[in-house]
Amino acid sequence: MSDYETVLLKNVGKPNSQRLATYVEGGGYSGAKRALEHTPDDVIDVVKRANLRGRGGAGFPAGVKWSFLPKDREVTYLCVNADESEPPTFSNRVLMEEDPHQLLEGILIAGYATQATVAYLYMRAEFAEQYHIMQVALDEAYEAGYFGKNILGSGYNLECYIHRGAGAYVCGEETGLIESLEGKRGWPRIKPPFPAIQGAFGKPTVVNNVETLANLPHIVNRGADWFLGIGPEGSSGPKLFCISGAVNKPGCYEGAMDFSVRELIESDRFGGGMRDGLKVKAVMPGGISMGILTADELDMKMDFADPAKYGLLGLGTASAIVVDDQTDIRKVLRNVARFFSHESCGQCTQCREGTSWMYKMSNRVERGLGRMEDIELLGEIPAKMGMMPGLSICGLSDGAAFAIRTIVEKFRSELEGYVRSENDDAVRIALEIAN
Amino acid sequence: MAWKAIDRVNAPAEESPSLSEPLKEKIRGFFDRYPTKRAVLIPALHMIQDDHGYVGWKAMEEVAELLEITASDVFDTVSFYSHFWTHPKGEKVVMACRSVSCDLLGADRVLDECKKVLGIGDHETTPDGKYSLMTEECLAACDHGPCLMVNEKMHKCVNPADVRKIIKDDANDKLDMPRSSLYDGANRTSA
Repeated sequence: MSDYETVLLKNVGKPNSQRLATYVEGGGYSGAKRALEHTPDDVIDVVKRANLRGRGGAGFPAGVKWSFLPKDREVTYLCVNADESEPPTFSNRVLMEEDPHQLLEGILIAGYATQATVAYLYMRAEFAEQYHIMQVALDEAYEAGYFGKNILGSGYNLECYIHRGAGAYVCGEETGLIESLEGKRGWPRIKPPFPAIQGAFGKPTVVNNVETLANLPHIVNRGADWFLGIGPEGSSGPKLFCISGAVNKPGCYEGAMDFSVRELIESDRFGGGMRDGLKVKAVMPGGISMGILTADELDMKMDFADPAKYGLLGLGTASAIVVDDQTDIRKVLRNVARFFSHESCGQCTQCREGTSWMYKMSNRVERGLGRMEDIELLGEIPAKMGMMPGLSICGLSDGAAFAIRTIVEKFRSELEGYVRSENDDAVRIALEIAN
Repeated sequence: MAWKAIDRVNAPAEESPSLSEPLKEKIRGFFDRYPTKRAVLIPALHMIQDDHGYVGWKAMEEVAELLEITASDVFDTVSFYSHFWTHPKGEKVVMACRSVSCDLLGADRVLDECKKVLGIGDHETTPDGKYSLMTEECLAACDHGPCLMVNEKMHKCVNPADVRKIIKDDANDKLDMPRSSLYDGANRTSA
């Protein structure tokens, strides 16, 4: 773990960190000013060279995403994905709550680079306090001429509106978000066409995550080489990490992507060790969708490459939930299965049916009514859903599959132990009553 | 049982509120923000729910007319999102997080205590119309779990023992913070 200079969270804890004056005093909006002095292509170029990978979960390079926009487009929309709803992720909340102008400056830079005319900040409905903070900050930024017509005399115009969601996890998927923005159900679209070609209102659209955009002012100010100098190759730049569960200091922390899950839990810089002498049983290090690690796998590095070696889907949102050794793994399994069955949008059959089927089975297992074939099926169903086998429209079912499959694979003996210890007669009677 | 026919003569009239003119004006104020009128739907539904307390059938029909879409388009959207109520809800909605971090920290006991104190179940409303209770997936404050939201206000690190005090507190939904006057979508236009 290297020495690290705090960048994204540097204003957290400052008095009035939400005010424009505080932000400008600390050098705020200088990145946007610098960007407006260059051509949009120059800005795309520096972001591409910095290899800024999307912080929302997929890790797709933002500069490359922007360069997919057709050259001859007339209208471009920028959608900012602040629908943060992957348990247990809360880094966007911290960014918006503590430093809204950093995000707004990022929106301005991304808007200019993509020549967007309108930016929609899509915030989930549960972000009530954060909505008021962002809206007051946006008013301030308009007043100061950072949004609207002829921004800072550059001739560039950008309108920015906050659009509030209404409670749906799937709207964090970029095409689900676009559908929701258009006033429809948040049903993800079949791709292609990708949003860069045909997105919101049928026009070229870029969807970027809050944390991705928060990096832009710093990249523009300090250059691509500075960014590439932080963390390992392929996973460069400042990153936010969330940790919650049975640790001493649950919270949102910033660092380079150069340490392990163990350090995230144990280090005084982050989690500060386990609470009350508890031991680690399992960790979901990238949000629940990415899958689970056992206590023997804590050497996994929190970067974009390492999670795949441990059978996980990816780094995800880099938000870890630490499960202690006193917790029944069935509780985790049931909670995760319930989440996905509740949040599946219902478009693709195997996701809609698969997630609720898995929920029913994990519910049964948790209540002590499980059967060996339930565990068998809980391992089998996830292999038959998702984009990986090419069966679904969006990645929600991949998340469900990885979460549940890795729990069942890695904690199989524990789950089987529970089922074996069940009293067969009691189970039979309970099932008869239930059915 | 005999076949039950619809009795349109004696059936009670559907009593759901209409959109007031100021509310319509407020919705029209959002037209400039989007290239289509339909995109104003979700902001409009929020405004209607803030004003009426829920999104009733009449409001759905009227907003459809305003946005030049069909009422079924409106219902299609309304029915997808968990935050829209199609029947009257309590003045305050208690939202209990049940996702993994909160769950492992005892969210189930907090929810049980809420049910006990309020005397209602999930997605129900107290007889006096003061409170509704619902469960939520991840409120994105996992470091402070278990979390409860009362309308706009987040209550963090809630113990089951705190629940009664939180619910008895009249100011449990008050957010004391600066608000925008320019774009405040959540102001009531009528009482």
